[in-house]
Amino acid sequence: MFNNHIAITPDLVRDHGLKPDEYERILQLIGRPPTMTELGIFSAMWNEHCSYKSSRLWLKTLPTKGERVIHGPGENAGVVDIGDGDVVVFKMESHNHPSYIEPYQGAATGVGGILRDVFTMGARPIAAMNSLRFGSPDHPRTQHVVSGVVAGVGGYGNSFGVPTVGGEVNFHPRYNGNCLVNAFAAGIAKADGIFLSEAKGVGLPVVYLGSKTGRDGMGGATMASAEFDDDSDEKRPTVQVGDPFSEKVLLEACLELMQTGAVIAIQDMGAAGLTCSAVEMGAKGNLGLELDLDKVPCRETHMSAYEMMLSESQERMLMVLDPARHAAAEAVFVKWGLDFAVVGKTTDTLRFVVTHHGEVMADLPIKELGDEAPLYDRPWVETPKRPVIAAADVPAPDDLGDALLTLISSPDLCSRRWVVEQYDHYVMGNTVQHPGGDAGVVRLNGGPKGLAFTADVTPRYCEADPYEGGKQAIAESWRNLSAVGSLPIAVTDNLNFGNPERPEIMGQFVGCLKGIGDACRALDYPIVSGNVSLYNETNGQAILPTPTIGGVGLIADVEKTVGLGFRGAGEAIVLIGDTTGWLGQSIYLREICGREEGAPPPVDLAQEKRHGDFVRDLVTAGKISAAHDLSDGGLGIALAEMALAGNIGAAITLPDTVLPPHALLFGEDQGRYVVTVAAAGLETLRAAAKAAGVPATVVGAVGGSELTVSALTGASLCTISVQTLRERHEAWFPAFMGAA
Amino acid sequence: MKSAVVVFPGINRDNDMAHALEVVSGSKAHMVWHADTELPDVDVVVVPGGFSYGDYLRCGAIAARAPIMAAVRRHAERGGFVLGVCNGFQILTEAGLLPGVLMRNASLKFVCKLVHLRVDNANTAFSSAYAAGEVFRTPVAHGEGNYFADDETVKRLEGEGRVVFRYVDTAGNRGTGGNPNGAVNDIAGILNEAGNVLGMMPHPENLVEPIQGGTDGRGIFASVLAAVA
Repeated sequence: MFNNHIAITPDLVRDHGLKPDEYERILQLIGRPPTMTELGIFSAMWNEHCSYKSSRLWLKTLPTKGERVIHGPGENAGVVDIGDGDVVVFKMESHNHPSYIEPYQGAATGVGGILRDVFTMGARPIAAMNSLRFGSPDHPRTQHVVSGVVAGVGGYGNSFGVPTVGGEVNFHPRYNGNCLVNAFAAGIAKADGIFLSEAKGVGLPVVYLGSKTGRDGMGGATMASAEFDDDSDEKRPTVQVGDPFSEKVLLEACLELMQTGAVIAIQDMGAAGLTCSAVEMGAKGNLGLELDLDKVPCRETHMSAYEMMLSESQERMLMVLDPARHAAAEAVFVKWGLDFAVVGKTTDTLRFVVTHHGEVMADLPIKELGDEAPLYDRPWVETPKRPVIAAADVPAPDDLGDALLTLISSPDLCSRRWVVEQYDHYVMGNTVQHPGGDAGVVRLNGGPKGLAFTADVTPRYCEADPYEGGKQAIAESWRNLSAVGSLPIAVTDNLNFGNPERPEIMGQFVGCLKGIGDACRALDYPIVSGNVSLYNETNGQAILPTPTIGGVGLIADVEKTVGLGFRGAGEAIVLIGDTTGWLGQSIYLREICGREEGAPPPVDLAQEKRHGDFVRDLVTAGKISAAHDLSDGGLGIALAEMALAGNIGAAITLPDTVLPPHALLFGEDQGRYVVTVAAAGLETLRAAAKAAGVPATVVGAVGGSELTVSALTGASLCTISVQTLRERHEAWFPAFMGAA
Repeated sequence: MKSAVVVFPGINRDNDMAHALEVVSGSKAHMVWHADTELPDVDVVVVPGGFSYGDYLRCGAIAARAPIMAAVRRHAERGGFVLGVCNGFQILTEAGLLPGVLMRNASLKFVCKLVHLRVDNANTAFSSAYAAGEVFRTPVAHGEGNYFADDETVKRLEGEGRVVFRYVDTAGNRGTGGNPNGAVNDIAGILNEAGNVLGMMPHPENLVEPIQGGTDGRGIFASVLAAVA
């Protein structure tokens, strides 16, 4: 039998993830020891995942405002104006810890959670992405995690019916014990049809809608705020179980319900379930809230108040409804066959009161639960700078062609077909650019307007230099959106780091945020939503600092976008940007030389803006036939990808005699693109580039069935058939996954 | 052309289908709720794709027993056209309107990609807009599209020209990796005995406008449009 008045011991406090001084703070706040239910509520509200206690100070430094921004961070998702009375609503959120423990359900409920964040605001989800990072392919658990996570992402998104249009999949030993699953979703709504969590009005019914409450996911948010050790498998029961069918029904019911005018406030039950959603609704509205747990629809018998308040059962919503429209609301619930119940009411007491079997189980000051959560100015140390590695100090490969094939078939650069074919990217019938390009492009209903989506970060750069790495993540996002001809309008950030109580980890966090902030300001690219995931460590080893950036771009006319595939034989291939042959922290250095060393390539933000604006204008003016940003693997990999996507070869002449060919081909200098242009348009393009102060160098021409690379002297450096490129590019993933 | 799209909870390509019907025929489809018992007066009823009731049981099994299905059956018995796509195909087999079953993909994984179909019978109400032997592209997106029937049924289907579409490679050949799910004899779409009910796994409704990557899927709808004219 559950005893709400058990004496709170130091062990209990610790088991709830609360530090002794945090417990002292609770005692001061309420003037007495908490009940067991109250302790659970505090642990849910004050863990890192929900309170952002280590990150809040620094998050405040990020630029979150802009002409188009309607709602920035603090709501379920960011809301950005895209003209014509429409808004895009989007966010990215991590589900790392659950996905490592139980890959399928962890990833599935990650997708479910982010979709719910979007439609809670009144938006219909139109696109999803997933940024996935796994341990070394050699690690015994990696294949299992990849298999489960990919199936889980697909299993949920496919059934729900949202196209997965992009994402990332990468491998690194630093994720061996702690994979990353960062799920992104975007939806569309009318600007005057946005719903918020802020409760309004005293004495109004608080209504529970959706799946029944069970014991799944109990204390999940607390688990997500702890480091892993060898016993993490024992945490499996804290992972929630997803039900995409319930979510799809909940989506349709909520959107229909919102049309009736009955919804005053709405909040989904995500991390820390009923606790977080109820407190947020009341606190934001400056109201108290009473919950009667006898009314909560339960899946299991004899659930205690403590369990109900901490359950993370999925596909549940809490809302404040207008009593005058109750009948209309009820008709919607009944039509969709959803469980619903009036479980409480708003009050003017500013207290959060939970009763069960007629007994008060918790009675807490509602504002203080959120506002008075601990806030830490964690000590941090700057990450030591690493030396710049000169191109001349990096050995050339024995054979340039072999090096290119090694890179294009490496785990991080090979084809992701095995993954993306498990995701439905056609549903809704609006996908204009499918996964595999620089950005996914989706037409908005009726057209011609569209949106582009990309997820980016280069963790090895962030590790080597958090500030430059942070800048680079934003710059690459901005570049990918520009390459498809979209105007980058806003960002969601999903900040994955290790234990913030270690000054060197906090230093990575601070450095990355400074870089992200500077880049967003320079590119007029505000951050409108996001999520922080800390304590991504196993046995004291942190993940690479991974601030994943989800970028959204606006397209005026989806007919005027280009892909990355080479199109027409004879077209000129033009390199936009400066090449210095930067090999520090490059994929070449890692895969060919076995070294993860040096400073990462610096990002010149003014140059990024100039080059990106130039390329975007070329695309929207219909002056180029293909565009591709240069990132991992540099020019060589970009050209190979363009040949593969277009199924046509190219003859390349390296435009330099000073730098060694491997530095020209595989250097990862930033701010660069490759574009193709019909011969007739080349001079116009060159003149425009000159006028704009943008370096544009012809490096070859499209054509044939081979990718050939020659030196400026005419000496042949390598010749590879597109067929061979394809075989090598496609081989690794299926071979690695085998029958899984 | 007057059309209806049946909507079960969990269906997610209902709007895609309605959009395609409107693009090709110029008129809006009626959306019919699963709990209804009557269909509006229409020429063609489409059972679209998705995950009806979550498909946690055998796919399509619950939807096949939904109230609206009795009306769909009567419509078919009267000679009205019925098109089932993806989950709709599964539902029609579960309802007994088409023979065979759709099993889990041979790969045991969900598969979403463009495939090539060959028109093995262009003399049907659903394929007359294509030429016999024509190869066209269409997306697939399913976890359970592995068509199976006993030998005798397959033989009959083939003998009576009721295998309308087969998975092939770009050149129209079978047996060279064009089959995405392991379906017996590369069967992608079949007709009932009377020729008025077609089930197919691929999604022609997602390829009817150039911006979607092509208009290969239009032929299915154009064929029905011609048949009801």
